Amino acid sequence: MSRMQMLTSSRMGRRFLDSSFAAALATPHGVDRYVEMVDPLWSRTETRAEITDVERKTADSVTLTLRPNENWAGFKAGQFVKLSVEIDGVRRTRCYSPANSQFRKDGKIELTIKVDPKGLVSPWLLANARPGMIVQISPAQGEFHIPLPHPRSILLISGGSGITPVMSMLRTLTDRAYIGKVTFLHYAFTEDDVIYRDELAEIEAKYEGVRIIRAYTNADNGDLQGFFSKEHLVAADKHFAEAETYLCGPMPLMDGVRAVFEAEGISDRLHLEQFAAPTRTVPTDEATGELTFSASGEKADNNGQTILEQAEAAGLTPDYGCRIGICNACVSTKLSGITRNVLTGELNTDNDVNIKPCISAPCGDVSIDL
Amino acid sequence: MSTATTTTSQKHKLSPEQIEAFGKELDDLRARIVADLGEKDADYIRDIVNKQKKLEVAGRALLWAGWFPPAWIAGVTALSLSKIIDNMEIGHNVMHGQYDFMNDPQFTAKNFDWDNTIHADSWLYTHNYVHHTFTNIVGKDHDATGYGVIRVTEEQPWHPIWLLNPIFCGTLQVLFQWGTAIQELESEKFFRGEKSWAEMKPGLKRFREKAGKQALKDYALFPLLSGPFAPFAFAGNMAANLVRNLWSSSVIWCGHFPEGAETFSIEETEDESHAEWYYRQILGSANFTGSHLVDVLSGNLSYQIEHHLFPDIPAYRYKEIAIEVREICERYGIRYNEAPMAKQLWSVWKQVFKLTLPDSTYTQGPLAGLREALTFPFRAKQDENARDEQHVVAEAAAA
Ligand code: FES
Repeated sequence: MSRMQMLTSSRMGRRFLDSSFAAALATPHGVDRYVEMVDPLWSRTETRAEITDVERKTADSVTLTLRPNENWAGFKAGQFVKLSVEIDGVRRTRCYSPANSQFRKDGKIELTIKVDPKGLVSPWLLANARPGMIVQISPAQGEFHIPLPHPRSILLISGGSGITPVMSMLRTLTDRAYIGKVTFLHYAFTEDDVIYRDELAEIEAKYEGVRIIRAYTNADNGDLQGFFSKEHLVAADKHFAEAETYLCGPMPLMDGVRAVFEAEGISDRLHLEQFAAPTRTVPTDEATGELTFSASGEKADNNGQTILEQAEAAGLTPDYGCRIGICNACVSTKLSGITRNVLTGELNTDNDVNIKPCISAPCGDVSIDL
Repeated sequence: MSTATTTTSQKHKLSPEQIEAFGKELDDLRARIVADLGEKDADYIRDIVNKQKKLEVAGRALLWAGWFPPAWIAGVTALSLSKIIDNMEIGHNVMHGQYDFMNDPQFTAKNFDWDNTIHADSWLYTHNYVHHTFTNIVGKDHDATGYGVIRVTEEQPWHPIWLLNPIFCGTLQVLFQWGTAIQELESEKFFRGEKSWAEMKPGLKRFREKAGKQALKDYALFPLLSGPFAPFAFAGNMAANLVRNLWSSSVIWCGHFPEGAETFSIEETEDESHAEWYYRQILGSANFTGSHLVDVLSGNLSYQIEHHLFPDIPAYRYKEIAIEVREICERYGIRYNEAPMAKQLWSVWKQVFKLTLPDSTYTQGPLAGLREALTFPFRAKQDENARDEQHVVAEAAAA
């Protein structure tokens, strides 16, 4: 650690850098811009993290261990973070759930990322992530976590890479010597596709209150075989109706579980996290879908006009200037969905990116920060 | 209509089909560059920011020892360069959204602010919106008429006050950052009674907020840090701001005021198509040539034409784009205004001096000019009466 780094991380150094005097000296760029000359991790505005470990636990996943800077406020088991990496000069952001216990002692974050061969970020991480790399993360978000006080009986269901948030729940519960009952039902193709196989076995051996049930869809050496059904549910936990259930996995699994819980009339006991893969609908000329203005909570049925016009029609008053894509006054963040540049016809399929609402029309469901 | 010195206007020389074909070529050029944006561009802007930060830190440190003359001179040089790069190659370009494609909050137009007294929001309005949308339309583009304080085109009617034109122009260069900081107020309208005090307020608030912080930093806090040598730091900061003002205003003067850069009327630009908008950007702008360093220090506004065509494409790309734009212009017979920087600047100042006198001086001879000047108060009254009369007639007709 250099002397400057010590200055930025010592309490007095931080006090100075956070002071209004330092801010006034660094106006208008802010203190961060100068301190990062010394330590790229040091920032007051961004949560940045250094990758300290990269592991490939299965053939199609990569597990990153991150050391966040002090802006990281921690998370609740089950929540997710937005991870941003720069690929070809463009910052790309994706959501991932930490898989570690929320009480992990060294404060690091573990992300297990399933590689989507058609995707952009996950194959890139598989190929390029290496210790020492600096990435950005968002504060933890999401309502998918176990409430306090904890329920007496907990049922965790996951499939594939959906294991990460519930793995975090399981690790957090065992970390805190939870004395209730935990049943963990996990779906994978085969034994080799279970990302935390060894650790699950260890946990099972060590904690009496934890039952692990492995269901394999493409092999018959598991506790259960095939896809989710009510029989599976009963086999996993006869008293499933008394448990609080936390579920994360691919859409068919989610739909299956949801249907059973609905039929039983206990939907309120089912909590789920949905990481829907970005829907890549081919846009037609017909206007379909719903436009969500997330900042104001308004919604509108997409009528094919530009987002600026639709926002105004919905009674909002977003900033604008030229209305022809020159002046940048209207730029806003598209949170999700596909938009089409009405001048060039180009499609924008990425999430968390800047677009110009005055020359962008939504294709299907779009959520925008207006 | 044309500027004072453009004798043959270029406007409307092309047929509608030609104009559309020309616009299509520019659209294609743009699409090609946009598709190619990536790591190279991100690296470029980060590298420039790193250099600028080093210059800034070095400048501040040297001025700390500003009692030692060589340190003072080196400090002023470093700080001037830092401020120039911050404003031109970084601030101006990032705030145009040129690096928005990176999705990095540090380099997006919405979040960026610069080492200048003009508030970013105010600039986004006066420059990004008004100037770039209505480029050189007299009555809409405030820049085109010398920010209301210099006479740069015959479209601005002569008044005896323009006898001071060179003084206004020089003063504006010296105080450039302060001039732009209050540009959004259009205070000349306030003094003419066309704007109320209440309308001035939001702009004034923004001005106080931003300019106050800038002045505090440069003229109080940093000098204070130098303790007993505060006057040296104070003078050093003042000198650096002056150098930046003279340089950036010169660069900007060269963009639209030289001989050959045309102005337009509101009527002739009504219902303008996208391609015609491109056309106007070219006719209204002027490039200057210089070294690579001049390109960087001018924020690549040496390629003002390309900048006006594609204000949101990273500016250091204009150099490569210019080759094609020039070729397209040649093919369509469109004037491409380009000259060495000194020549463009000379042309601007010549104009500024020339426009101090009534226009009839040049069209009908010095005596006519003198007569126009001497009879000005009388004619002004007459004009006013004529306007009133017209008004009455128009109203009667409407009724
Ligand atoms: S309103 Fe000017 S870019 Fe959208």
